[in-house]
Amino acid sequence: MSKTKELKSLLNQGAVDRRQFMGYAAALGVSTAIATSLYSGSSLAASPKKGGHFKIGMGQGSTTDSLDPATTLHTGTQIVNHAVYNYLTEVNNEGKLVGELAASWDASPDAKTWNLKLQKGVTFHNGKSFGPEDVIASINHHRGKDSKSAAKPIVDPIVDIVADGKDGVKVTLKGGNADFPFLMSDYHLAILPSKDGKIDPMGGIGSGGYILEKFDPGVNISMKRDPNYWKSGKAHFDSAEIIVIADVAARTNALSTGAVMAMDRCDLKTVHLLKRNKNLVVTKNTGTQHYTLPMNAGVAPFDNPDVRLALKYAIDRDKLVETVLRGYGTVGNDHPIGASQMYFNKDLAQRVYDPDKAMFHLKKAGLSSLDVTLSAADAAFAGAVDTAVLYKEHAKKAGINITVNRVPNDGYWSNVWMKDSWSMSYWGGRPTEDWMFSQAYAAGAEWNESFWSNDRFNKILLEARAELDTAKRQEMYGEMQELCHNDGASVIPMYASYVGAQAKNVGQGKVGANWDMDGLRCMERWWLT
Amino acid sequence: MQKILNMVAQRLALGLVVLLVVSLIIFLGVELLPGDLAQAMLGQQATEETLIAFRKELRLDLPMHTRYLEWLFNILQGDFGRSLANNREISELIGSRLGNTLFLALFAATIAVPLSLTLGILAAMYRNSYYDRAINIVTLSSISFPEFFIAYILIFIFSINLGWMPSLSNVSADTPLGERLFVSLMPAITLTLVVVAHMMRMTRAAIINLLASPYIEMANLKGLSRARVILKHALPNALAPIINVIVINLAYLIVGVVIVEVVFVYPGLGQLIVDSVQKRDIPVVQACSLIFAATYILLNLTADILSIVTNPRLLHPK
Repeated sequence: MSKTKELKSLLNQGAVDRRQFMGYAAALGVSTAIATSLYSGSSLAASPKKGGHFKIGMGQGSTTDSLDPATTLHTGTQIVNHAVYNYLTEVNNEGKLVGELAASWDASPDAKTWNLKLQKGVTFHNGKSFGPEDVIASINHHRGKDSKSAAKPIVDPIVDIVADGKDGVKVTLKGGNADFPFLMSDYHLAILPSKDGKIDPMGGIGSGGYILEKFDPGVNISMKRDPNYWKSGKAHFDSAEIIVIADVAARTNALSTGAVMAMDRCDLKTVHLLKRNKNLVVTKNTGTQHYTLPMNAGVAPFDNPDVRLALKYAIDRDKLVETVLRGYGTVGNDHPIGASQMYFNKDLAQRVYDPDKAMFHLKKAGLSSLDVTLSAADAAFAGAVDTAVLYKEHAKKAGINITVNRVPNDGYWSNVWMKDSWSMSYWGGRPTEDWMFSQAYAAGAEWNESFWSNDRFNKILLEARAELDTAKRQEMYGEMQELCHNDGASVIPMYASYVGAQAKNVGQGKVGANWDMDGLRCMERWWLT
Repeated sequence: MQKILNMVAQRLALGLVVLLVVSLIIFLGVELLPGDLAQAMLGQQATEETLIAFRKELRLDLPMHTRYLEWLFNILQGDFGRSLANNREISELIGSRLGNTLFLALFAATIAVPLSLTLGILAAMYRNSYYDRAINIVTLSSISFPEFFIAYILIFIFSINLGWMPSLSNVSADTPLGERLFVSLMPAITLTLVVVAHMMRMTRAAIINLLASPYIEMANLKGLSRARVILKHALPNALAPIINVIVINLAYLIVGVVIVEVVFVYPGLGQLIVDSVQKRDIPVVQACSLIFAATYILLNLTADILSIVTNPRLLHPK
């Protein structure tokens, strides 16, 4: 009987699938009927159970957080947004875009006009019925010259947004954008109830699965389930509580002692020790989160494409994934599109560490050696300074001398990023290729961290955006990835997985990897067994 | 008595001047830090346009002196204003966290002060014995270790291995007193271990210093027991320096416990001021600084009054 128990635990960890389970069970002499019941008894096949109070410890959160979706910055408040509010569209756990408050949509052939049909029968937590005026007011909160929203660049292309009957909204864009519905799933664009054309951004009232009870930023946020949640099959906890625990050791302790049931951002250096705890499960999800080292393509020596290539060949990506990410990630190929994305270029060869090729490119640029400075701080990503120091060692073999300039975390994004000629950065990634490219690689984009301007790239970017035919898009985005890979000014060595941990009794289905915490929707997707 | 009241009035007036100077220095200090609230709030997602709009809405584009004088004017009327980051009433924000900080400080003090005094007196009584040496070694070691180290060791032993105490001290306004005491015990013990050394050694030194005086020799010759000599004859005269040291440590317990707050996730003022400085939320930083400065001023005043009460010669410094 103990072998069967072993088999069950293998099943719970996902090490065997149903077929294999039945096979092994038969080999053990367990009859099919009993094997089936053993299988359905495991949490893998279990359907969500309602109930329980869920406590989660989050690493990001500060007393300066606010409920205003325009200023949502980090995971701590992002998961609150997705619990309390709904959005027009949602990226589901398979990475596919589905409608949320926008039940369906269609576009004009030039992808400039979009007609959204809104979900019927939705009520906000304050009793107000959901209608087009709420969508308009919520989106307008981020638009306009005086908007201080971080989502302003996303809604900038919207020329006009009007109601179309009682349950429709018509959006007109400046230029065609086939990915417009994806943009509406951005975590800033929460839909709040409106009053006289304006929303109350600090009100905390939404149409999501949970009603906000207490919002003590940087400390504790608690919510209880909305019994009238319009979405069926989601929001299973009776109530939930987010405790902000900034210190990773304290967070790990809290999980180990049972003070919280789940945590995000495990300390990669000690997570193998955490795995030994029989009551916990450590999860790893690889999505589009990647780390970059953007050079300023307008400044020497980075303006020479051969120098850029030399630097890209002089970094040992596998070693970095092994040492800095402890294996919790995959190598990057100098472009920001993840392997799970729709138009990922499978035919682009993975660049590997090649100091000889690096030296070859240096020679082509007319240099026998290169001296450059890299500004690094852990504010860019956890392990950034370690990465810089390791890179320095790798690059030595190619005749490149990198001076690592360690800068303070405080004020990194205002004083170092996009100011120093070579620094480090990270991106959570975006659900669509166009979004990622437009935000960080298009000429003149606010966050074009490498100040890169490639005419061919910019040309096909605009064409691909309005192109509705997927085969043509695949070709165009493939070429754009190649251009980044060869000519771009960002070294993108790795994609980092989201590593979290939870107690054994926290049930999850397939976990989405577009953002941390199951696409930031852990509150409405997870349950307690 | 009149003299003491005069002194108190003088010191309070001086205290107000100190508060004004502190507020000015802190304001200038935060202004000099690179970046401002808009940049800190938007972080990587900042764009030129949104930064400008942010500043305009929060009136950060006004010149420095205008903002400072406006703030000063409001403070004098008792209005602490609102946090720039999330528009919360600062008085409310600080109120609950100040309460938590004071609670923890009081709790730690209740354990630490009697403990230090007892240990110090005993060490003075049995000076140079093994007991004295042992106490010195233990307390000096505990003050030398970083606070977070002591905190982690305590959590490791009592929370994870023995499971007696919770590792999180996450109290809120509606936590009942019993639970609050239980949950704050570990942070209080950590703080105690950090402050005991200073108070204990000062007690020991002050008493030993007096033991060479003639009147103590007289008391010994009269045949009084050692305990009585120290407690009733030496200690009252040694109180002045001891009280000063106790007060400095009390002020530290209120003002300097950020690390313990972070490790135990205790919602006190320390974490608040660190977050606010990082986000350049000036009104909150100012308000916290005023509270900290006022704490020092009032505690020092109390120390001086108590010293004078025990040693009236201090009223006439020469």
